[in-house]
Amino acid sequence: MTRDTTDPHAPVARDVASAHRPVPWRRLVLWLLLVLVAIDFAVVVARNPNFGWPVVAEWFTERSVLGGLSVTLGLTVVAMTLGTALGLLIAMARLSRDRMLNGLASLFVWVFRGTPLLVQLIFWYNLSTLFPEMSISIPWGPVLASWNTNDLITPMTAAIIGLSLNEAAYMAEIIRGGLLSVDKGQYEATDAFGMTRWRALRRVILPQAMRSIVPPTGNQLISMIKATSLVSVIAMADLLHSVQTIYNRTFDVIPMLMVAVIWYLLITSVLSVGQRYLERYYARGERDSVQSAKIAAETPA
Amino acid sequence: MNAVVAAQSPLVRAIGVHKSFGDNEVLKGITLDVAHGEVVVILGPSGSGKSTFLRCLNHLESIDKGAIEIGGEQIGYKVSRGRLVKLSDRAIAAQRRSIGMVFQQFNLYPHMTALENIIEAPVGVHGVPRDAAIAYAQELLARVGLSDKQDAYPRQMSGGQQQRVAIARALAIRPRLMLFDEPTSALDPELVGEVLSTMRDLADGGLTMIVVTHEIGFAKEAADRVVFMDGGVVVEQGTPDRILANPTHPRTQAFLKRFLG
Ligand SMILES: Nc1ncnc2c1ncn2[C@@H]1O[C@H](COP(=O)(O)OP(=O)(O)O)[C@@H](O)[C@H]1O
Ligand SMILES: [Mg+2]
Repeated sequence: MTRDTTDPHAPVARDVASAHRPVPWRRLVLWLLLVLVAIDFAVVVARNPNFGWPVVAEWFTERSVLGGLSVTLGLTVVAMTLGTALGLLIAMARLSRDRMLNGLASLFVWVFRGTPLLVQLIFWYNLSTLFPEMSISIPWGPVLASWNTNDLITPMTAAIIGLSLNEAAYMAEIIRGGLLSVDKGQYEATDAFGMTRWRALRRVILPQAMRSIVPPTGNQLISMIKATSLVSVIAMADLLHSVQTIYNRTFDVIPMLMVAVIWYLLITSVLSVGQRYLERYYARGERDSVQSAKIAAETPA
Repeated sequence: MNAVVAAQSPLVRAIGVHKSFGDNEVLKGITLDVAHGEVVVILGPSGSGKSTFLRCLNHLESIDKGAIEIGGEQIGYKVSRGRLVKLSDRAIAAQRRSIGMVFQQFNLYPHMTALENIIEAPVGVHGVPRDAAIAYAQELLARVGLSDKQDAYPRQMSGGQQQRVAIARALAIRPRLMLFDEPTSALDPELVGEVLSTMRDLADGGLTMIVVTHEIGFAKEAADRVVFMDGGVVVEQGTPDRILANPTHPRTQAFLKRFLG
């Protein structure tokens, strides 16, 4: 039997534009279960008197806690900024053809990545026992200025030096990886147009390297926020240190730790949102990002 | 083709240029003059040193022996107190600023739009005011037939469009010399024509061009002179008519036979 293709009753392929999506029942059930478990868990935690939620609420915005929070944030911002700037210079030194620069940069990374941050902090804090006095002078010539090391190295400066140098070692490697990920043709184009090294880096190479630099830097930033809690060993009152001081007095150990935990989570959440925007910014000009942006714009949330 | 090739000292002089990568001697004494407004097409099998030679002309590669002069100025070196000394990176960068280069892989800046790509060097390197740079960039985009693409990113354009933007980018610095390194080799066959016709317009406009290509048709129509390179030496050179129709050297004959069938 031959079928006539013009027969109006014959089964025909239908335009997929009119297709309906099947309802994903199994996924919906899974979601529902998950939400129920989450609500249950939240209720259990909220009702549990051992968490001491009233105590958490009472101390959450207390002055010494906010003071500790600002130390944590301030140290993070300063150490991260200095660390990233120094890290960029070290990454450039490691990629340069200059053997001396290269060697010095490698030595720096080796030392500061290879030893525990805690040890580095204690070392900087106790610098005065090694060098009681520091001075600027012309080698074998007159001393221009000199200081007592103890006056220079406060807990604050020791914390900033320690955290920044350690961060620089990690950032140098992250940035170096990013610079290496940029196509060789881009370096060639900037050279051919007679751009200076610095301009090429700033305008052409770094913006492309940022795509692979931003995600691990986000990690670094978040680790840094938590790593600042190490400075309590050199008597800096960061967030963790200030809640510890409080529970040493009131014995509300868990509620006070919850105060710190909630603050840490709040900060890292804000940072994650910031990171997402940065990643999207540096993905401009990518074909997928344009398409996904279009799709995102077309589909109502 | 340029009817009149100015009878003055050549714009480009390469004298006995040698270049080795390790033990591999890639250029074995290239001597070549290019006059103002002349269009020179370099042909030759892959690996014969054509790209290396172009890259030596703007000092992307240093040379081991010989000399290169552009516009009467030695590239990469200067005479100081009677001795020849290497120029600083900064001075070399300055020498490159009058030479435009077009790459096989386009090498457009992917995070910039077509217009941003074109004004980057004029604004950032040559100090042209932004408004003037934009106006000239738009004029160049019109010249390469891409006025509607000024806000497109490279990845949103076809290969042929990208290469035309790359040509506009190189022209934006108002170069006195343009170097093309196989500008159509990375393109799908149907896109080759649009790039070649853009280049032909430039040749007609009197721009001095050195073009490495495998497009024999372009050599025939646009070149004032064809140079055949093989094994790091110039095997023979002459007018397109003579080299393409009556090559005297057996290696040129073999090469053309492969390309023309
Ligand atoms: N940066 C480099 N390092 C080492 N060898 C190279 C380099 N660039 C080119 N060469 C070698 O030089 C030779 C000529 O290359 P090239 O100038 O690219 O030839 P062509 O452009 O004529 O195909 C090849 O053998 C290639 O392997
Ligand atoms: Mg080549």
